[in-house]
Amino acid sequence: MTVEAQATALEVEGLCKSFRAVQALDHVDLTLRYGEVTALLGDNGAGKSTFVKCVAGVYAPDTGRMRVDGVETSIANPDAARELGIETVHQTLAVIDTLDVAENLFLNREHTRGGPIGAWLGVLDKKRMRIETAHILERLGIRIPSLRRPMGALSGGQRQAVAIGRATAWGRQIVMLDEPAAALGVEQAARVLELILNLREGGAAVLLITHNMDRVSEVCDRAVVLRQGRKTAEVAVGDVTTDDLVAYITGAKTQRTRP
Amino acid sequence: MVYAAAALIFGLFAVVLRDDGFVTASNLLNIGRQAAPIAVMAVGMAFALGAAEIDLSVGSVAALSSLVVADAVGSFGFAAGVAITLAVGAGIGAVNGFIAVKVRIPSFLVTLGTLGIVSGVARNLNNLQSLPIRNDVYLNVFGAGSLGPISSLLIWTVVIGAVGHLALHQLRWGRHVLAVGADRSAAAALGIRTDRIRITALIASAAAASLAGMLLAGRLAIGRHDLGENLLLTVIAAVVIGGTNLFGGRASVAGAIAGSIVMAMLNNGLILMGLRVADQLIARGVIIILAVALSMREQKEA
Ligand SMILES: Nc1ncnc2c1ncn2[C@@H]1O[C@H](COP(=O)(O)OP(=O)(O)OP(=O)(O)O)[C@@H](O)[C@H]1O
Ligand SMILES: [Mg+2]
Repeated sequence: MTVEAQATALEVEGLCKSFRAVQALDHVDLTLRYGEVTALLGDNGAGKSTFVKCVAGVYAPDTGRMRVDGVETSIANPDAARELGIETVHQTLAVIDTLDVAENLFLNREHTRGGPIGAWLGVLDKKRMRIETAHILERLGIRIPSLRRPMGALSGGQRQAVAIGRATAWGRQIVMLDEPAAALGVEQAARVLELILNLREGGAAVLLITHNMDRVSEVCDRAVVLRQGRKTAEVAVGDVTTDDLVAYITGAKTQRTRP
Repeated sequence: MVYAAAALIFGLFAVVLRDDGFVTASNLLNIGRQAAPIAVMAVGMAFALGAAEIDLSVGSVAALSSLVVADAVGSFGFAAGVAITLAVGAGIGAVNGFIAVKVRIPSFLVTLGTLGIVSGVARNLNNLQSLPIRNDVYLNVFGAGSLGPISSLLIWTVVIGAVGHLALHQLRWGRHVLAVGADRSAAAALGIRTDRIRITALIASAAAASLAGMLLAGRLAIGRHDLGENLLLTVIAAVVIGGTNLFGGRASVAGAIAGSIVMAMLNNGLILMGLRVADQLIARGVIIILAVALSMREQKEA
């Protein structure tokens, strides 16, 4: 795969985040471009999920700058991230087990009915949300036996599929997926990869966190490697072997990222 | 389940207490009147529990409200008096919620503290004396009055039940309450303002308790420092028997009301059985623990 010069979607510069004594992110720079899938790699505890949460507005970074479409922004909360067109599948999925599929898919972006008063009160348009849920799942090729079942009654893979569906259904331009294929069966995992490729085709900027190197070579254009909160490598996936990537992840090999 | 329990208890008492007048129109009406304040508090509590909070101050808020409304209706008239009382109740809920959320103290402890403070204030307010209520409009709307053949207490139960049911199932707020109660960090990751949801759930609970206090005051035509004070356990039991999860994420308003009727029947039946107050307390405690244990086991399986 060749890396062409694509328009920049998200630029993160010098992102730092610590939890008491642990510096989870230490001056991390990362750029996502439209029409490109970037892998974010690293061992357990490297800081990948923390990075995603900072960009998604879940954590407030200690320092660092973010630009979306070249405009400096601070992402104060998850709504702000969504408004900027950033969708996230968190490692924990962030689904509510006691709510059903449609309720989860539309959680905090519910359709309301009854005009302005209905919107102000937040009167739910359940029918519309249920119909749209069926369409979304069908379009994404996600099969769920019943949309009325609570999420907790679904299999791990189905839950993950719904979480991915929630992030990818809205035609958003920046999508971050934290280990989205981890609990998926062969067929569902293949669908997720297909979904990611569709997103790229549609011009989206995708960040994919995974521990599976085959997936990296299958769908990613670039790879950024974190190690103990620091960025240790940034490479074009076509230029390296998976052994190289593993060596960066384990620290056997390092690359000077900033001259 | 709660409906089956209600039917079972009703049947049991109907047989056992057939000579003591359990199934007479006047006694059933009495049960309904007893159930009303419990039910109103239970609806509010369903939101607090649904959001994975708990409000232990409801009994004391009801008691304080009975005094406040007696005083305020006397001084400022019906509408202003009721509004002031509701505002006091909601205000206590807001303080509960604010401290729980911003100072990060579990609502269990915050409201236990509030319970003490509010009880103390209620005792100081009129030196342990009851305050009579002479406002006819008030006594009609909140007490002995009726709309046609239907007692106003019953109407309040139905209205609050309907409002609560709609808020829980038809409004975004209700759905967010359950989401926050089921998994606060997941809800936060989706951008739900979990602080706001938790605070408003505790406001709902306290406001409902305040209304319940007004109903108690209306029924007896007085405000007193201990009206409803001992209803806390009864209310929590009613809500949990009704299918609300004690640890959040699931709530039922209809169940809470059915649970309240179960609790009112229990109280009534135990009295009719001629148990002494001390024995009533013991029997009620045992039954509540059994009933809650049963319904929690059933919830786990569901
Ligand atoms: N909320 C938190 N409080 C305290 N420490 C945290 C918190 N979140 C993450 N950390 C710490 O920050 C570091 C980075 O964690 P992070 O979850 O970002 O790793 P990761 O790269 O996603 O790992 P994995 O591959 O296992 O998912 C770890 O040392 C972790 O213990
Ligand atoms: Mg992680």
